[in-house]
Amino acid sequence: MAKQEKEEDTRFSKFGTVSFTALTKTNDFIDYLEKGKLMGTRCKKCGQIFFPPRANCYSCFSSDMDWFEVSGKGRLLSHTKLEYAPVGFEDDLPYALALVDYGDYKVFGRLNKDIPGGEIKVGMEVAPQVVKLPKGHISYEFTKA
Amino acid sequence: MKKVGIIGVGQSAFVRGYPGAIRELAFDGFKEAMEDAKISVKDIDASLIASAPEYDKQRSPAGVIAEYLGLIPQPTCYIETVCSSSSMGLMVAYSMIQAGLYDVVAVVGFQKMSEISSMEVQERMGRGADIQWESPFGTMMPAYYAMYARAYMAGHGLTLDDLAKVRVKAATYGQINEKAVYRKAVKLEDFSDPESRLSGPIADPLRVGDCCANADGSSAIIVASEEKAKAVCEKPIWILGLGAASEAVNMAGRPDLTGGLRVGIEAGKKAFKMAGLTPKDIDVAEVHDCFTIAELMAYENLGFAKPGEGKELIQSKETYKEGSIPINVDGGLLSKGHPIGATGGSQVRTIVLQLRGEAGPMQVKDPAIGLVHNIGGVGLYGNVTILGR
Ligand SMILES: [Zn+2]
Repeated sequence: MAKQEKEEDTRFSKFGTVSFTALTKTNDFIDYLEKGKLMGTRCKKCGQIFFPPRANCYSCFSSDMDWFEVSGKGRLLSHTKLEYAPVGFEDDLPYALALVDYGDYKVFGRLNKDIPGGEIKVGMEVAPQVVKLPKGHISYEFTKA
Repeated sequence: MKKVGIIGVGQSAFVRGYPGAIRELAFDGFKEAMEDAKISVKDIDASLIASAPEYDKQRSPAGVIAEYLGLIPQPTCYIETVCSSSSMGLMVAYSMIQAGLYDVVAVVGFQKMSEISSMEVQERMGRGADIQWESPFGTMMPAYYAMYARAYMAGHGLTLDDLAKVRVKAATYGQINEKAVYRKAVKLEDFSDPESRLSGPIADPLRVGDCCANADGSSAIIVASEEKAKAVCEKPIWILGLGAASEAVNMAGRPDLTGGLRVGIEAGKKAFKMAGLTPKDIDVAEVHDCFTIAELMAYENLGFAKPGEGKELIQSKETYKEGSIPINVDGGLLSKGHPIGATGGSQVRTIVLQLRGEAGPMQVKDPAIGLVHNIGGVGLYGNVTILGR
């Protein structure tokens, strides 16, 4: 009897404008985004916090993780606006990237492109929001808190 | 411990669109190094081929290049830490010789970035980061370095002019380096002139003029045991210190951006410790200026300036040829171009020629100790090498 083809869990292929990863043990990240939540992981055994999320802990080698929500205000550490893009991202131009500090961890992502340039300052408070993209893709960005 | 020396250095001209195959490109740098070392391929016990993958159609290029250079049946392998591959190759060659396995090892770096189309290069640039968590946002090398530059502007009062001054210095020496891809002069005003290509936006605050150019090129370093070096070479240059480090691939895993690149700090500390030297002992240096901001961060990370004060070195022209710490007086990556796998070997060549007093119009006055700082990716890897007469 022919073996039934096992269905692959490729949820992560929906992440961002172009995803380069399909199979990962952190696929639930996508489900949380669809519920409007940006999540990181915390090791159940030793408490180590991870953003970006990880399925495995290098501190204690446990793979038993809890999800925690990245919500509320973070501090903008740096940002840049791109006028030139890699293949696959041309239609997004111009777009901005941000690195945001949450104290115990940092988060990298897009910066909302509608914030007037003069209002963007290193050190300002920003908060994450989930963004739905064409073709069923999903992502997150930061906007003024 | 016995010493390990460099007995020959070479590089091809760095060019746009090399009119030949990768094996022929590798030959150009290797030939110059072998003519410098005045030995034959029979004297080479092993080769290390340094390059970044995915630019070549050829898979596993080490064997192909070793054969073309006449280095079979000696062992060979590929060494890769992206832009610092050939500096890592030098560290591995040193280790192989210190272990007593071999007497003479050739480190051959090459990159033919024009092997693939510019569309394909851009696609690879997008994957030069954390492909799972960051590339989906549309990241690229200039954008990451731009974020360091922005943090420096906010945290240390760095200005756009400070960045441009690094490029002006690079062009000063690129004009007199016949191996450089960019030989034109650059003026500070070019950065505010909308007619100048250099003022064009890439990822703010970085402009076209803040970025090095892709190039095709090769380099070679011939490394030898103390005994062999003394037997065959009149002016061996000794490897005094070697340091290397790695870092989180994603920006979220980095320490405060206003501290520069941690790999530069860590690799520098290790190299200085091994050499028993301090930054004050360095007479001439090559640092990894893939972007103008990268050179200023290197000044601080290597201890030539205090944190946040790197800009003062370029403002006072102390890193010019006549200054207290001449840096990148061959034009740096900004003027020479940056053929990934060949870059470290080219930096080592510059310092070796300086220490031998053979750097021609770029010669610094009588240097005894030189340093090479070579970074892979956006501070993903870092190598610091200290050389002496
Ligand atoms: Zn743990």
